Amino acid sequence: MTGNMHLGVEEPIRECQYNQICTHNSSTMDTPHTKKKKIKRKWQVFPGRNKFYCNGRIMMAKQTGVFYLTVVLILVTSGLFFAFDCPFLASNLTPAIPAIGGVLFIFVMGMLLRASFSDPGVLPRATPEEAADIERQIDTANGPSGPGYRPPPRTREVLINGQTVKLKYCFTCKIFRPPRASHCSLCDNCVERFDHHCPWVGNCVGRRNYRFFYLFILSLSLLTIFIFAFVITHVILRSNRTGFLSALKDSPASVLEVVVCFFSIWSIVGLSGFHTYLISSNQTTNEDIKGSWSSKRGKGNYNPYSYGNLITNCCAALCGPLPPSLIDRRGFVQPDTPQPVAQTNGTGACPSNQVQSHMAATNPLLHSQPIILGGGAPLQAKTSLGGPCSTLGPSQASLPSSIPGLSCGGELMALRDSEIHCHHHLHHQHFISPEETPSPPTALPCATHLGHHVHPAQLFNPASQDSLHEDSVRGLVKLSSV
Amino acid sequence: MAETHSLQDLRQAAVTSKVFVQRDYTSGTICKFQTKFPAELESRMDKQQFEETIQTLNNLYAEAEKLGGRSYLEGCLACLTAYTIFLCMETHYEKVLKKIAKYIQEQNEKIYAPLGLLLTDPIERGLRVVEITIFEDRSIGSR
Repeated sequence: MTGNMHLGVEEPIRECQYNQICTHNSSTMDTPHTKKKKIKRKWQVFPGRNKFYCNGRIMMAKQTGVFYLTVVLILVTSGLFFAFDCPFLASNLTPAIPAIGGVLFIFVMGMLLRASFSDPGVLPRATPEEAADIERQIDTANGPSGPGYRPPPRTREVLINGQTVKLKYCFTCKIFRPPRASHCSLCDNCVERFDHHCPWVGNCVGRRNYRFFYLFILSLSLLTIFIFAFVITHVILRSNRTGFLSALKDSPASVLEVVVCFFSIWSIVGLSGFHTYLISSNQTTNEDIKGSWSSKRGKGNYNPYSYGNLITNCCAALCGPLPPSLIDRRGFVQPDTPQPVAQTNGTGACPSNQVQSHMAATNPLLHSQPIILGGGAPLQAKTSLGGPCSTLGPSQASLPSSIPGLSCGGELMALRDSEIHCHHHLHHQHFISPEETPSPPTALPCATHLGHHVHPAQLFNPASQDSLHEDSVRGLVKLSSV
Repeated sequence: MAETHSLQDLRQAAVTSKVFVQRDYTSGTICKFQTKFPAELESRMDKQQFEETIQTLNNLYAEAEKLGGRSYLEGCLACLTAYTIFLCMETHYEKVLKKIAKYIQEQNEKIYAPLGLLLTDPIERGLRVVEITIFEDRSIGSR
């Protein structure tokens, strides 16, 4: 002890060392480790596959390479325009040209950054109690399952403005998706009014950033047309004086700009036109591609969300109220609340705080429902071991259901085929139309599924891990016999 | 005499169960909660009171999402200022959310806490559910 005593002064500085010394300072049995544990912000424990910057203020998808390409293309082309073409045009035509170009450029960049950096409308995942409550309701609705009975896919039907809409259950987020919401397999989030995942923008396009995306492509079309037109004008004016070839020699950047603009115009103007059509009919890209409201599906098929009036649809999409983010990225994680469960491919850290009382509260609920999936009840009892990963309890209970092969079978595999890189009207846009696949890959064998689940824990009770694993496997075996 | 609880008392009480009031999508994607009275609350509170609370919440959310002159004006102004205006002022939606938070706290203090119940603001649950926590009823024990 004496050897340690002289380190007593330095001890508070070192975060992770906790020797049992300086007992006259610490009155409680709390180890210094817990005192120095930093309170995390919610973005740090976010279960989706997003990247956060600036302490949670900026939110993007995982793959951002193409976004940087977009930025570089716009900056380089505009930069060349302002540097090489504008001086000539300003002096020979009017200085309004670079001024208007400048305004357009700033607007384009502003909208691009806004679309890329904001939360598209991600729905937070269900808390464990909510998930358990929904499971209970579903099982009660389905009735007891005996051998040979295959539970139907989890859907709820709702009548909206006279149209029957199916609400699907999201296995990853453990919620029934609101109408028009969809799960993005790239970001591993359910997004409200999901349009598409745009790699060019490096983010999903959903309810909260659709207007920024639309204004971005619209203003970019104008900018490309603007640059294209004035570069051509510049070359023509110059070649009137000095001849075509020497004009090109004097201003080589113009060639590059013309080439970039020429190819961009087709795709971007086309995309703007497509989205203008979508806005005026109040549809999402997802709905349009699936033909959800197309009259080809049935005689009485119409879009229940449309306001009927073109102007109202446009105003609603572009000038309607902007809902705030539901995920509260910069809020602090409350130490006594259970975090929503992180699935396998979610990079979410296993929350190391645990709530015994909340688990205890859900215990009576689950024990009273013997129909719950096999692994459920015994798993909940295990949480009292105090293992920090006992939040996995409820998620393990519903794990078997997240293996699509068991519950939804053919439906989901068929959906996967239609997960297309869509070249719809567009030549250059490669946006992925994600279907309602649960977190890919869908055909994961159970063992690795579970392995992923338990691995992110920091403080880890091996005993509870084995028993959790065992119970989950038992639960899976039970379900597979159904 | 039946024991009544205050909000402070509730913090010490044990949670018996939670009831979740789900969203009502029959009017589309607007935020609206079902007014159906949950079976678990039958022994605890008055159906009328519950429906009134939920209906008021629905009205407040409708106000937040209303399309009209004011929201269009706000949208246009925001677009013109490249959305920098929201650095200085709150959106209409956020203002209404604050109103809702105040309303819920008021309801909890006046009506729900004395019955051993607690409403959770739906925004904390991603506007998916209205979570009602049922605490153990000490008044039963004291009889």
